Amino acid sequence: MSNQQKHWEKTRGLLFITLAIWFVFSIGIFLFGAEMNEVTGPFGYPWTYWFTCQGSLGAFVILIFWFANRQEKIDEEFGFSEREDE
Amino acid sequence: MKGNFIDNLPKIYGIYTGGFVGFIIIMAIAEQMGMTAKTIGIAFVAFTVFIYALIGYLSRTAQADAYYVAGRQVPTVFNGMATAADWMSGASFVAMAGGIYFKGYGYMALLVGWTGGYVLVASLLAPYLRKFGCYTVPDFIGTRYGGNLARFSAVVVLTVASFTYVTAQINATGTIASVALDIPFQYAVYVGLISILLCSMLGGMRGVTWTQVAQYIVLIIAYLLPVFWISNKMGAGFFPHFMLADEVARIGELEQQFGFVKNAAADLKTVPKGLAGITKAHSAVNATPWAFISLALAMMMGTASLPHVMMRYFTTPSVKAARKSVGWSLFFIFLLYSSAPMLATLSKLSLIDPNLPTGIIGKTFAEVEAIDWYQNWNQANLMFISDFNGNGTLELNEFFMGGKAVVLATPEIAGLPYVISGLVAAGGMAAAMSTADGLILAIANAISHDVYYKIIDPKAETAKRLLVARVLLVIIGFAGATIAAMEIQGILGSVIWAFDFAMSGLFFPLVLGVWWKRANRQGAIAGMLGGLIAGAWYLVWVRTGGSGFLGITQLTFGIFGSAVSLVLMVVVSLMTAEPDKATQKMVDDVRVPSGKSILGKSH
Repeated sequence: MSNQQKHWEKTRGLLFITLAIWFVFSIGIFLFGAEMNEVTGPFGYPWTYWFTCQGSLGAFVILIFWFANRQEKIDEEFGFSEREDE
Repeated sequence: MKGNFIDNLPKIYGIYTGGFVGFIIIMAIAEQMGMTAKTIGIAFVAFTVFIYALIGYLSRTAQADAYYVAGRQVPTVFNGMATAADWMSGASFVAMAGGIYFKGYGYMALLVGWTGGYVLVASLLAPYLRKFGCYTVPDFIGTRYGGNLARFSAVVVLTVASFTYVTAQINATGTIASVALDIPFQYAVYVGLISILLCSMLGGMRGVTWTQVAQYIVLIIAYLLPVFWISNKMGAGFFPHFMLADEVARIGELEQQFGFVKNAAADLKTVPKGLAGITKAHSAVNATPWAFISLALAMMMGTASLPHVMMRYFTTPSVKAARKSVGWSLFFIFLLYSSAPMLATLSKLSLIDPNLPTGIIGKTFAEVEAIDWYQNWNQANLMFISDFNGNGTLELNEFFMGGKAVVLATPEIAGLPYVISGLVAAGGMAAAMSTADGLILAIANAISHDVYYKIIDPKAETAKRLLVARVLLVIIGFAGATIAAMEIQGILGSVIWAFDFAMSGLFFPLVLGVWWKRANRQGAIAGMLGGLIAGAWYLVWVRTGGSGFLGITQLTFGIFGSAVSLVLMVVVSLMTAEPDKATQKMVDDVRVPSGKSILGKSH
């Protein structure tokens, strides 16, 4: 397998992990919205309410930065990162 | 000066922010000295629009690279701010808190959808399209799949989605300009339009980029300052985001105490159009999981298909910067979106809690009608009370308000000085203008670059191309304003439709263009046109009395459209020949950040 194929395989792996986390916070937890809202969560808000106005939103921000860093590492590992002058 | 300008960005925008804060303070002092509310409103809108126009003028350019992609040198964080302004429209700024106020949980799917979509942008598309080196989204489609028909189909989808969106934004600038400058809406729409064109005409993407950063700073100050101020004034908490749990619980208690009384249809007929009462619980889960999830999903996929957002990531210096920039964009969006529910909570509690001095529920009608702000907003057609049960006391179900009033009127209700209301008007104007600019530019660039230059006259010189681009900008702007002046659909409704149109036609052709090498021209064309037609058909069907299926409504028709698009694209691609070697190599090259971009620097 060529260097490029290995790089793409790892990139795809990272994509699946990223999308899985994304799925949990955007869709997964809201399947149980009614049950989850009965429980008090962070700062005293009901859990589902908190997720819709802060939790999921914040999770997405962190997820994107995490993803960007991981992808940079993968690019470096296979020597595909950009040179500064490009 | 050019390289200098980029290096000095933090300083320049630091001074700008300081200057704006200074302007707010001067206005506050002027108010104390007796300046009228009307003059303050005009000063805020006129001053900020003048600054944007100045930036637009200073960014003028005659180079294609600068006009289409701001010279690809916008630093990560600043591109994040510009994208946030590009993204947050009049709907986010003016209508979102109101939607949450009235509809509660079911509406908050939009908060999740309009943020979660950025994960898809960052992981599936933005870095790869940046590597591609295209000027516009159809540029990617046209080169990846090859052929004028594929390119043209992408332009069609882009135009349908963006044009639906832009009329809503011009409508919003018109609404704010007409209130702040006190002129009729039909004229205010064109005042708004001219302000919008001042930012984008001379400098194209470069002008829009630097005005959008300036507009973000205005709109975020205008949104956060009142939220923090009101929260502190009410004694609800010094940092509202972490401290409003008691207030949310208190609203739940009051809702139980008052109950949601259903009004008779005859009574509701007397309520002015566009106003609503509180009929849904504030924080309880009051929608089925599928209703919530389908709306969130449609908005997320729509986010990843809207060209005016995607093209912002063409302006970063590198692929790496494009990825990080998506993170910054969402961070800046998060600042406003996480505040909208807090504003809705504060606004609702201050109106309905009888223990608060501002509360009006439980007061007599004579008392409420004597309140200054009630009279003002009743006159502006945004508030209405009516004694349905004839007991002389205002009940929860007898109070009606327009969605916009939550953002526009809450500062006044909470007793903040008028300077804050002027600031909020300037913020709303900034939000609507920045989005309108991005959208008009996306359409004009697609038509000038993809239709005129790539299809009609590939030999055209830069000067001629940019002239065509500018003429189109004006034509599209005026067409948008003319339709906006007719006031066909509400702001929020048309924004959501735009997302559905975009995802119906573009989501899978874009994503599979990078992630599925086997995708070919025939499949992409079938996917784009089939998806768009299927989505549009579903919308018309539901609007004309069709029952719909699977719980897909007129707000989520993109789910049906994009499903059709996916099936068509896969089936047609597999039935026809695989893409040639050169195309497959191109896809391989797109997948790695290093090396030359697919399209030349200036193409």
